[in-house]
Amino acid sequence: MESREALLANIKTRQKWDFVFAVAGLLSLMFALVTLLALIVDLAMTGVPRINYEFFVNFPSRFAERAGILSAWVGSFCIMLTTAFCAIPLGVAAGVYLEEYSKKNWVSQIIELNIINLAGIPSITYGLMALGLFVYKLKLGQSILTAGLTLGLLVLPIIIVTTREAIRSIPNTIREASYAMGASKWQTIRYHILPYSSGGILTGVIISLSRAIGETAPLITIGALTFIAFLPTAPFDAHIPFVNFKWLMDPFTVMPIQMFNWLSRPQTEFHVNAAATGIVLLVMTLIMNGGAIWLRLRFRKKMKW
Amino acid sequence: MFLNCVMILASSLTLTAHAQVPVIKIDGSSTVFPITEAMAEEFQTAQRGKVRVTVGISGTGGGFKKFCRGETDIQNASRPIQTAELENCRKAGVKFIELPIAYDATAIVVSPKNDWISSLTVAELKKMWEPSAQGKINLWSDVNPKWPKEKLKLFGAGSDSGTFDYFTEAIVGKAKSSRGDYTASEDDNTLVTGVANDKFALGYVPFAYAQENTKKLKIVAVVGGDKAPMKDKAVIPSRESVENGTYFPLSRPVFIYVSEKSLAKKEIGEFVRFYLQNGASIVPEVKYVPLPANAYKIGEEHLNAKKLGTVFGGHSEVGLKIDQLMKREGAQ
Repeated sequence: MESREALLANIKTRQKWDFVFAVAGLLSLMFALVTLLALIVDLAMTGVPRINYEFFVNFPSRFAERAGILSAWVGSFCIMLTTAFCAIPLGVAAGVYLEEYSKKNWVSQIIELNIINLAGIPSITYGLMALGLFVYKLKLGQSILTAGLTLGLLVLPIIIVTTREAIRSIPNTIREASYAMGASKWQTIRYHILPYSSGGILTGVIISLSRAIGETAPLITIGALTFIAFLPTAPFDAHIPFVNFKWLMDPFTVMPIQMFNWLSRPQTEFHVNAAATGIVLLVMTLIMNGGAIWLRLRFRKKMKW
Repeated sequence: MFLNCVMILASSLTLTAHAQVPVIKIDGSSTVFPITEAMAEEFQTAQRGKVRVTVGISGTGGGFKKFCRGETDIQNASRPIQTAELENCRKAGVKFIELPIAYDATAIVVSPKNDWISSLTVAELKKMWEPSAQGKINLWSDVNPKWPKEKLKLFGAGSDSGTFDYFTEAIVGKAKSSRGDYTASEDDNTLVTGVANDKFALGYVPFAYAQENTKKLKIVAVVGGDKAPMKDKAVIPSRESVENGTYFPLSRPVFIYVSEKSLAKKEIGEFVRFYLQNGASIVPEVKYVPLPANAYKIGEEHLNAKKLGTVFGGHSEVGLKIDQLMKREGAQ
């Protein structure tokens, strides 16, 4: 009889601790959420009324109400394009090689460790490296190309790591089945590994790009400008071959830099502009992350094993 | 391989990139930025996109490094060029024209709840801010026994700022010499908030920030002393008192430096002329104090005559009248 009571008491204490942990967890979650919500609501209350069509099509101006973010969002967009263009092929290829081709020995382990390490390096370090290499050695100047390459290098490790994770999640039986049908390694990768892992890879790519879009430090280090009231050269020509890449060498500014500049002004009207830019940036990141989730779900549905 | 690709791509790009709209490259001080930004905005509108102007904010020091390497056409500077920078420019063969373009004043601010001071003498400010005050002057009553026995909380510019250089030079007597135990920030809005929220705080901020926050801050008048034009009378910073030099010693001219080599390009000369001709109307719009009208005229004359070099011996000077300054001969 007594042992039964002891058991009941024991169960009770265990249940009590369970409850305590659940409450603590919930409180932590609420704390994070409430802080985030307060920040966003505060930003939205100041910024949202300022967002209108003119805000997107006007250049920066000394009059807060006339100022817009045209050069900033176009700059951010062009840089994201360049970053994606150089980082995705390199990152995915490197990830596939490391996972599928390279021998697993101490050399590959060192490389692996270094890539993971690189993903955690402060972004300003990349800026310093880019200043020395791209701006001065290769003489690319303070251009969209320099910025794109810098951010490309910054997100490269993230893309490599997520690509590897995505590939690793594919069961080995798929590879074996493919080889059993006489497929070469490349055919297996091309027709099986890459399509099946593309959901995960794309998620990684988009998340890394949404990190890059908010980066300021490395761009300031390479000498990004603050006031620009013109757009990069149009990429289309009237004559053959109809496209050009002159815009890659044009100077640029980006949304976080524009935001920072407005925030440091004495007039509150400029602070409102900064809040509005923050909202635009937030919504863009949200759309990108939403896109990543949607893509992942779509690819998961398409997979038939 | 990656680098090779980049290099080939880059060289093919730079070959095609030259036949383009001319670009005027400007960099330097964040204090001067709003003025040059406004000028660039107006100039580009006037030129209807035939000329492009870019403005960066690397700070006066960072900007001079670029300027003396010949990377920029115009340099924004919140203080005159220093000896080491002059040396760099000379080595690289960069010659320049120095043009004062506006006044910037530093305001002493306290909380509106502060009811025991309305003016301060330079000596009192020095007592609060000099390096030897560190650890010794902790209470308001340490400066003046009539003031409350409460902790004196100081707010000021960070040591990379031109405002810091000038404030220390004008108050302590030596640039960059200041006590270290105060709340320093490069962001002037942080200083404004800090002073506004504390009854026992005192800080110095650029005049534009004090003027924009008159509801949150009380601006303290400054007694210049023997060297000042108004002697022992307290002067509050305002457009008039800065313009006529009675707000002493915390007001100073800010400059642009134009590279002589860049002046060979037509659009640079046009831009600088535009800058000087519109200074009187645009400078107040961005909340700075314009120079007297004849100073802009003399500036234009200097530009036409290509008067090279600096009129400062590589260091700042306190309480300088603009007409004296414009008459001096430049040294390179």
